[in-house]
Amino acid sequence: MQLVEIVEQASAAIEAADSPAALDQVRVEYLGKKGLLTEQLKSLGKLSAEERPLAGQRINEAKQQVQQRLNQRNEQLKQAQLAEKLAAERIDVSLPGRRQQVGGVHPVQQTIRRIEAFFGDLGFSVKQGPEVEDDFHNFDALNIPAHHPARADHDTFYFTPTTMLRTQTSGVQIRTMEAEQPPLRIISPGRVYRNDYDQTHTPMFHQVEGLMVDKGVTFTQLKGILQDFLTHFFEESLEVRFRPSYFPFTEPSAEVDVRRKDGQWLEILGCGMVHPNVLKAVGIDPEIYTGFAFGMGVERLTMLRYGVNDLRAFFENDLRFLKQFN
Amino acid sequence: MKFSESWLREWVNPDLDSQALADQFSMAGLEVDDVLPVAEAFSGVVVGHVVSCGPHPDADKLQVTQVDVGSGELLDIVCGAPNCRQGLKVAVATVGAVLPGNFKIKKTKLRGQPSHGMLCSASELGLSDDHEGISELPESAPIGQDYRQYLQLDDQIIDIDLTANRGDCLSIRGLAREMSVLTQQPLQKPDLSPVEVSHQQQVTVDLQAPQACPRYLARVIKGVDLTQQSPVWLTERLRRSGIRSIDPVVDVTNYVLLELGHPLHGFDLAKIEGGIQVRFAKPAETLTLLDGNTVELDDDVLVIADQQKALAMAGIFGGEDSGVSAQTQDILLESAFFSPTAILGKARRFGLHTDASHRYERGVDPQLQYQAMERASALLLSICGGQTGPIVAAEAEQYLPTREQVKLRESRLAQVLGVTIDTNVVSDILTRLGLQPQYAGAEWTCQAPAWRFDIAIEEDLIEEVARIYGYNRIAAEAPAAQLRMTERRESQLPLTALTDNLVHRGYQEAITYSFVDPKHQALLFNETAALSLPNPISVDMSSMRVSLWPGLIGAASYNQKRQQQQIALFESGLRFIADDNADCGVQQQPMLAGLRAGKMFGEHWSDGDRAVDFYDVKGDVEALIAQTADAAQFRFVADQHPALHPGQCAAIYKAGRLVGYVGAIHPQFEKPLGLNGRTFVFEIEQAALLHRPLPEAQTISKQPSMRRDIALVVSTSVAAGEVLAAIENIGVNQLVGLNLFDVYRGQGVADGQQSLALSLTFQHPERSLDEHEVNEAMNTVVKKLESEFQATLRD
Repeated sequence: MQLVEIVEQASAAIEAADSPAALDQVRVEYLGKKGLLTEQLKSLGKLSAEERPLAGQRINEAKQQVQQRLNQRNEQLKQAQLAEKLAAERIDVSLPGRRQQVGGVHPVQQTIRRIEAFFGDLGFSVKQGPEVEDDFHNFDALNIPAHHPARADHDTFYFTPTTMLRTQTSGVQIRTMEAEQPPLRIISPGRVYRNDYDQTHTPMFHQVEGLMVDKGVTFTQLKGILQDFLTHFFEESLEVRFRPSYFPFTEPSAEVDVRRKDGQWLEILGCGMVHPNVLKAVGIDPEIYTGFAFGMGVERLTMLRYGVNDLRAFFENDLRFLKQFN
Repeated sequence: MKFSESWLREWVNPDLDSQALADQFSMAGLEVDDVLPVAEAFSGVVVGHVVSCGPHPDADKLQVTQVDVGSGELLDIVCGAPNCRQGLKVAVATVGAVLPGNFKIKKTKLRGQPSHGMLCSASELGLSDDHEGISELPESAPIGQDYRQYLQLDDQIIDIDLTANRGDCLSIRGLAREMSVLTQQPLQKPDLSPVEVSHQQQVTVDLQAPQACPRYLARVIKGVDLTQQSPVWLTERLRRSGIRSIDPVVDVTNYVLLELGHPLHGFDLAKIEGGIQVRFAKPAETLTLLDGNTVELDDDVLVIADQQKALAMAGIFGGEDSGVSAQTQDILLESAFFSPTAILGKARRFGLHTDASHRYERGVDPQLQYQAMERASALLLSICGGQTGPIVAAEAEQYLPTREQVKLRESRLAQVLGVTIDTNVVSDILTRLGLQPQYAGAEWTCQAPAWRFDIAIEEDLIEEVARIYGYNRIAAEAPAAQLRMTERRESQLPLTALTDNLVHRGYQEAITYSFVDPKHQALLFNETAALSLPNPISVDMSSMRVSLWPGLIGAASYNQKRQQQQIALFESGLRFIADDNADCGVQQQPMLAGLRAGKMFGEHWSDGDRAVDFYDVKGDVEALIAQTADAAQFRFVADQHPALHPGQCAAIYKAGRLVGYVGAIHPQFEKPLGLNGRTFVFEIEQAALLHRPLPEAQTISKQPSMRRDIALVVSTSVAAGEVLAAIENIGVNQLVGLNLFDVYRGQGVADGQQSLALSLTFQHPERSLDEHEVNEAMNTVVKKLESEFQATLRD
């Protein structure tokens, strides 16, 4: 048989092979030890020395040709096999993924975290304190002596005449000022308690109070920091007004209102310059140092921020309510 | 304090509408809560006179009347009110009238009788909730006058929420004075001149407690007729301040209290034996108050007494026995100054809060007693006649409050406010406030008027200046401070890192009340002492929580009742354990607690929806512990807890100290607590989780590790954790990994036994281990387990 015929025959057989095994058989048939092309090489001996190199070269070329076709076919078969495997592994990617339940932080706590971040950036550190307080830290040190009419405004939960659930987190400020000297910049978030329960009051709620005591702290700065805070908290420039008020522990004192979308003013926090009696009570000289303090109701801020209209929802812990904030 | 706007405008009348007037008050620190019209809109109602009144021929409960409304002809009106009678002056809604609720009055027939109008009750006119028949007007009411005009109903009620420092504004006089300062409009006072004295009868007044009562005025008014009614203009003003008309004496004292801010009291002279004493109560002395309650007084309670007995609690509440009645002929009128310190706290102690005590506690103008007495006398005489006697005055001037001089430094004003206000502006403000400023050497020396109890120190003046100047005219600026870094301890783990971990594990944060239902708490924690609130909102919110579990259980139950199947809640906060040795008698410990119930994962097309079990929640706790990078310090030990399933409860120890529990709520409590099925909880002290040691880096071995697996058969009573701990405690060389990868009970393992499959990994830091060394180590381990747990190797 002529080499050309053998190569053609081999090529046809390679094309016809439909599996790696069949292909391998073809390879053995032509290129194996006893394969047709191998046999051709053996026949070289019959040729003359002059003819031999050329004939050998031709046979080798033919072998290479066949080998190349084998490789190609092999590659085709592998590709086909892979494609088949992949097709078999096809899945419905539109099915829902395997999920773990998504949890979340309570909206009141989210607000506290945001407030902590805003003031934290300005170097205010977060301080905590006890919730069952003595009357010194809850009242006396805040310039609210026994029988002061302001005590009656607090609807206090008393345990004994001298211990109570704190009505404000201001006690934390007193403890801080007792322990540290100015300059002081702190905020104290936490639970506070008032004996009052209706549509707009819960007996427990959260406050964040802030305090800055240093040389040169002024009322203008109090206005500045609170305006700045409200703008950043609500992420819009709300109309804000400072209205004179009275707290025994600050003077001058103010309440801060923001203008709601409906045009009504809504009281949002109380603040003032720390009363000199408060500074004196903790051993800070009010002639050298001045300070401002402010306190805000976290629930009210959260309600405004997210459009919650029932305060009590915060403490029912209905998962459907809470998950809205995740 | 509520008051009629038109009344205020008699005293001071700035060119401002109602809302602007209210805003002026609010922006001066006298916060207006509400501005409400005195009456709802209605029209066509006039004063009428019932000329005749007879039974309706066809209806038992109706009457047929003829009413004169001054129109020249009598109106036929059918009326159903039982108090309708001939001669009565009434409010008549004439045909065409529109009553509140857009109710139009038309000509009609009632059971066949024509009715051309309606006789109105106060509630039909939106004036009160009183449904008791038609309004009865005084005989003096002018027939035909428009009813709104007659009662001056085109007026507003302004409700001001006064702060505790502004007792001087608890009156029309005080509010008008303030408005006059704010708007610089003149103040008009009513006639306060003395009335004519027409008899000389006196009572003696003995001031036995002159510090508590430095001035006591008394006057006898004889021959009064208390069957007279107070005039409508007066009772209407009282009504607009929320005070009901009682009798002329009470009405007049209330009127003067509202007008001048001075409480007064009227006694029935006939009930007083001998002279008046102002003294502290005697031990165990009792007094029956006007509300009928008898109280036992303390010796720090000031009383007004006669020779025999206490008549009234001074400045707080009158006594029943000495009170005036319709039969009273002669009255003794009191106008006194009681010191705030003598009154403070007393009313509250007896559960009383009166308009008088409210004012005396905050300070009544110590120079107002004579004027108040004269004003009340004049009003009384005009209503019920009588003759006034001279004013008997018992006074101890030295104990009357004096107003110290207070200095305001210009520099201090700027130091506190941060702005400089023009000197003349400040002087003007101080002058308008009656503070009589003297400016010299860059400071003002001021003296507060008698009525201001709240001006004692420089800051009080700073506040006054800022308030009248206007807070909103003061600039805002950013605070300035020295830049100093804040302490940020790397070894301190923030609580949010732990709570965020729980959130990532599917927990929703809850916030529950710190006070819980004592019944639920006692069920779960019968041995823990809880703190009780003496005055709770309700009984089921009366016990301070000794654990965060009751709140979380309540929240879980709430959600289960709302078809929530997959519950994972956590909370952080204090628990309160009563302890006499702790501050305030309570340990207040920050805790972190969680609860899982129902399904662990939501239903999903690929997986089963298995129920939560113990190891889910233990895994959550382990995840928290892992954050502390200090897991070796922690141990879970099978334990008992009254709230938990006896077989599914572990105590959590850190370095040998009990720091928390994890387990299943005891099944017997599920129903009483409203829980639907198994509920798993954990609670751990925050302090145990918030510290994280700084990493100390070790060289990582580059040598190959060798792993050996063994299956041990031990009794089911042996805790796997103890086996693991025992292996770690042996301290075999180069053991770097230990894992329990299978627990098997059943076929092939004897009853009462279990097979624990363990893998042990060995690695040397510097060289490769040989087979022999590892076998040696394994032998040590197996021998130890054989001896300690009677373990055998499974074939």
